[in-house]
Order: sequence, then structure tokens, then C-alpha cells
Amino acid sequence: MTPSINSLRSGKAIYLALGLLALALPYIITSKYLLHVVIMCYMYAIAIYGLNLILGYTGQLSLAHAGFYGIGAYTVGILTLKLHWSFWLALPAACILASLAGILVGLISLRLKSHYFTIFSLCVGLILFLTIEHWDSLTEGVRGLIGVPPPNPIPLPGGGSIVFTDLNAQYYLVLLCLVFTIFVMNRIINSMVGRTFMAIRNSEELASTIGINVFTSKLLSFVISAFFAGLAGALFAGYIRFLGPPMSHPNMTFEFLLMLLIGGQGTLAGPLVGALLVNTVTESLQFMQSYRYVVFGPFLILVVMFFPRGITGGYYSLKNRIRLKKQPRAAHKEAPPVLAADHAKTKSEELRG
Amino acid sequence: MLELENLSVSFGSFMALRSVSMEVRQGELLVLLGANGAGKTTLLKTISGLLRPSGGVITLQGKKISGLSPSQIVRHGISQCAEGRRLFAQMSVYKNLLLGAYTCRKDKKGVEKSLAYVYSLYPILKEKENDPAGSLSGGQQQMVAIGRALMARPGVLLLDEPSMGLAPLVVQQMFDTIEAINREGTTILLAEQNAYTALKIAHRAYVMESGAVVMSGSSQDIAGNEQIRQAYIGA
Repeated sequence: MTPSINSLRSGKAIYLALGLLALALPYIITSKYLLHVVIMCYMYAIAIYGLNLILGYTGQLSLAHAGFYGIGAYTVGILTLKLHWSFWLALPAACILASLAGILVGLISLRLKSHYFTIFSLCVGLILFLTIEHWDSLTEGVRGLIGVPPPNPIPLPGGGSIVFTDLNAQYYLVLLCLVFTIFVMNRIINSMVGRTFMAIRNSEELASTIGINVFTSKLLSFVISAFFAGLAGALFAGYIRFLGPPMSHPNMTFEFLLMLLIGGQGTLAGPLVGALLVNTVTESLQFMQSYRYVVFGPFLILVVMFFPRGITGGYYSLKNRIRLKKQPRAAHKEAPPVLAADHAKTKSEELRG
Repeated sequence: MLELENLSVSFGSFMALRSVSMEVRQGELLVLLGANGAGKTTLLKTISGLLRPSGGVITLQGKKISGLSPSQIVRHGISQCAEGRRLFAQMSVYKNLLLGAYTCRKDKKGVEKSLAYVYSLYPILKEKENDPAGSLSGGQQQMVAIGRALMARPGVLLLDEPSMGLAPLVVQQMFDTIEAINREGTTILLAEQNAYTALKIAHRAYVMESGAVVMSGSSQDIAGNEQIRQAYIGA
């Protein structure tokens, strides 16, 4: 099972190539519009990585995600526009505030299990949206926050500065945050903490019998997921520079969910693949207006039916199948008859179960 | 060591356990016999905290443990190997075992020692450590389940029907290792339907019927009892 050195090398080469491509992208695509689409994809991907942790790895479907995204965005908007904070202070503040909101919501909602948790989180998402929409004195309500300042320029040591009214600078900022997100997620899922989350996804009861504190672990996953929703929201505020309540509506959560399911929940590449794919398709179907959901609906159904773990998951299982076909069935022939009979039994048990 | 006093568990109006009292002594291998639905699994699940008793007390070395959460009970040294060898099927054997050491994960050396012990007990798991646990045969999966429970270094090991759905030869091997684990000093409470094989390795036995203990005694006494022979051994 251990991957051969060759495949490791080719894997590394692919990551390197993708990284270089991402770095060079602003110089490859000259269209500002296309670059804008990519920036939005990255931003969504950061939020979806959060959703992926709680849904894909911990198995809890939270529908409050856009609420935390909204908290992140409005924190930056209010702090920079009304209190004249620097964007670079408002950004961590947004992440922290979203996480704190995550702790509060999680403490209450994670006491519920499976569908009940999901329904509760949907209500929380709606409450967060309504709060943002109706708290006029703070959020300007339906008028929205207009003219959020861009991130403050960063002076360079050799004179001059990085100015964030420039699209390329925004691109690199969002890319940096995306790489940070993927790095953190990779560390989490390859650690004991990540295995704890996956154990809970597998079975809460079984996880608790081996001594895992299920509630605390779920809460941790939920808070981290809220943190990244907040980060994405904060970046959104500094980039789009106009905030309206609809960005925190549960509809946004469902957009995130759509991208995650298509990209592949419970995989590291899934959120990015889903965000890139769905957004580029959405943009190219602009002419169909809201009819484009007529395209997405059946597509989502097909993906869920044939690739329950999305495109990324489908790719991995396809790769596995090809590898198994290449290997002759030598291992089976070597098995002693008793174990073979035993194996057959478990197979039939599995079918019954 | 582990004592149950008048323990009752009810599911709505149905009494799954009726005032069960039991004592598990330090270092012994105790077997819990009974047909399907006698309450063996309910009893083990109540000890490990997955079910709340409606009455009665469970104490471990004099300390009350009933009412604690499952994770706290594991920390007190009671580790359960659930019925039907439930594993984290997509995870590798190695990761399954490592998760068993969740409560003592900070003690890296201790974890390695436990892992080496489990591999010495079941060498085949070492060979298959990178395979997904769900791809193993039934007997091997049971080994992973027991190994995972041992990784928490329990004082008391609760085993729920480890022979379930296994071929006779594999069952014998399974019981041999259970006896070996007990000889190393782990107290074991074993729930079994396979009375004949279980009584051969156990020190004492309790017999349950519809949620209550109907008989208890040394393995020889129970094995020699005419009713038991007819009901469970069939000879």
C-alpha cells in the first residue's frame, strides 16, 4: 500500500507545477474579468475548506456557514469603515469573532445529533442573516456597507509599496490565505485530531467507546470551520468593498455546499476543485440567468449518485480500481482455506448489513 | 474490582436489566453467558457508559463510575470491544489501533509499547498495518477490534461476543489470545453465546436470562450443571 517513490516524486512534481501555475496566473491570463473569477473561487474555497472540516471530516452538516462568513465580512467592514482600523488588524479580529460566534453556537447546537443539528444550524444561519439585515445602526441593514476601504498598502523596504487597489496584489493576498488554509487543513487531517474527527464521522458511539470526548472534538471542528468562514468573509470585504446582507443568507451556505459536494467532501482537494469548477461554469452560464440551476440540479444529482465523494473522491476510486486491475490476484490464492471461508462470510455479512 | 449493585436499565417501559448484581475480581476472566436478548450487550454498554442505568450503582475499585461519560470511563481504565467488531472501516489497521490509544496519546513511548504488544499478540496485523481495516477477514477484524481496546491499556477489558460470525478454527485462536491477554494481568469480562469454548478459558461465569442473573459460579460448576448443558452446550 505504501506509495512507491516514483509516484511520490510525480505527486510532488504535480504539486510544484500547480503552485507555479497559481503564482504565474496573473501574468498568464490577461483578462481582468477572468482573474476576478479566480479570486472569487479562491475566496469561496477558503470558506468551503471550513465546511469540509465539519461536514466532510467530522460528518456534521452545518447550515450556518454563511452566517460566520457574514460575521467575518461585516467585522472587517465595520472596523475599517466606521472605526478606521487597519485592515491588517481587522482581518484577525474577524477570524477571532467568527470563531467566538462558533463557540457560542456550537456549545448549544452540537448537543443535538445528525438531522436535528442540521435543522438547528439552519435556524442559526437564518438568525445571523436577519440580525445583519435588521441591525441598521451597526450594519446599515439592507442598504449595506458601501465603500469599505481596501487593505492598507504595505510599504516595501526598498521604497514604494504594495497597493491593494491593484487586482494582482489582491490575487496574491487571497492566494496566500488559501495556501495557509490548505496547509492548516493538511496538518489537521494528518494528525490525531483529524483522526478523531474521522472517527466521529464513522460512528459517534464507537468513537466514545475508545475514550474520545465526542462533544469537545465536534466543537473544535466547528470552531475551526467558523474561523475559516470568517477569514473568507474578511477577504471578501477587503476585495469587493461592498457588503450587503444577502452574502450571509443561507442560500450562500447552499452554494458552498453545492461546490463542496461536487468537488468532493472529505478530500483535501475537493473544496478547491469544486469552487473552481462550479464558479467557472456559473460564470459561463450567466446568459441563462437563474435558469442555470436547471443545469446544476441534474448535474449535482448525477455526481451524488455516481461519485458520492465528489469529483476528487471519484478520481481516487478510479485510480484505485486501475491499480487493483494491474495487480494479479496473487494475494487471494495464498490465503489459507479457513481464512478464505471466513472472508466469504464477512462479505455476505457486509451485504446483509 | 468492578462491582455492579442492583443495576437496572430500562428502554421505556421495557426492563432490559433487572436489578443485576455482579462482581468482577482483579485479574480474573469472567464470562457472561446468555441467549440472544438476555441483556449481555446492555450490561456491557451500561458499564462503559453508553447507556444510563435507571437504578443501581457501578463502582470501580470503590469509586462510583455509573453516570460518567464513556470517555471518562475509558480514562478510568475500562475499555470496551464492541459487538460485531465495529471498526473505522476506511482507516488503516495502524490508524485504528492508534485511535485506541486516544486517552494516552501524549505518552508516545507508552503508545509504541502497547502497539508492539498488540503486534506480538497478532503478528498478522503488523503485516497488514497499512490496509484499510474494512478489507480484512472477519477474524482479523476482530483482532483489530481487540487490539484497539488494548491500546488504551485497560485494567478491565469488556469483550462483547468476539466469536460472532467466525469460523470454528478462528474462534479457537481468538479464545487462546483472550486467555493470553488475561494471563498478562488484564481483567476480562467476556460476554459470549459460545458457552462451551468460553467456559474452558474462564475462571467464573454468570448466566443471564431475560435481563436478570439466574446463576453464577465457577466455570466447572456451571459447565457441570445439567440445565446449562441442555440450554447452552447442547450435550
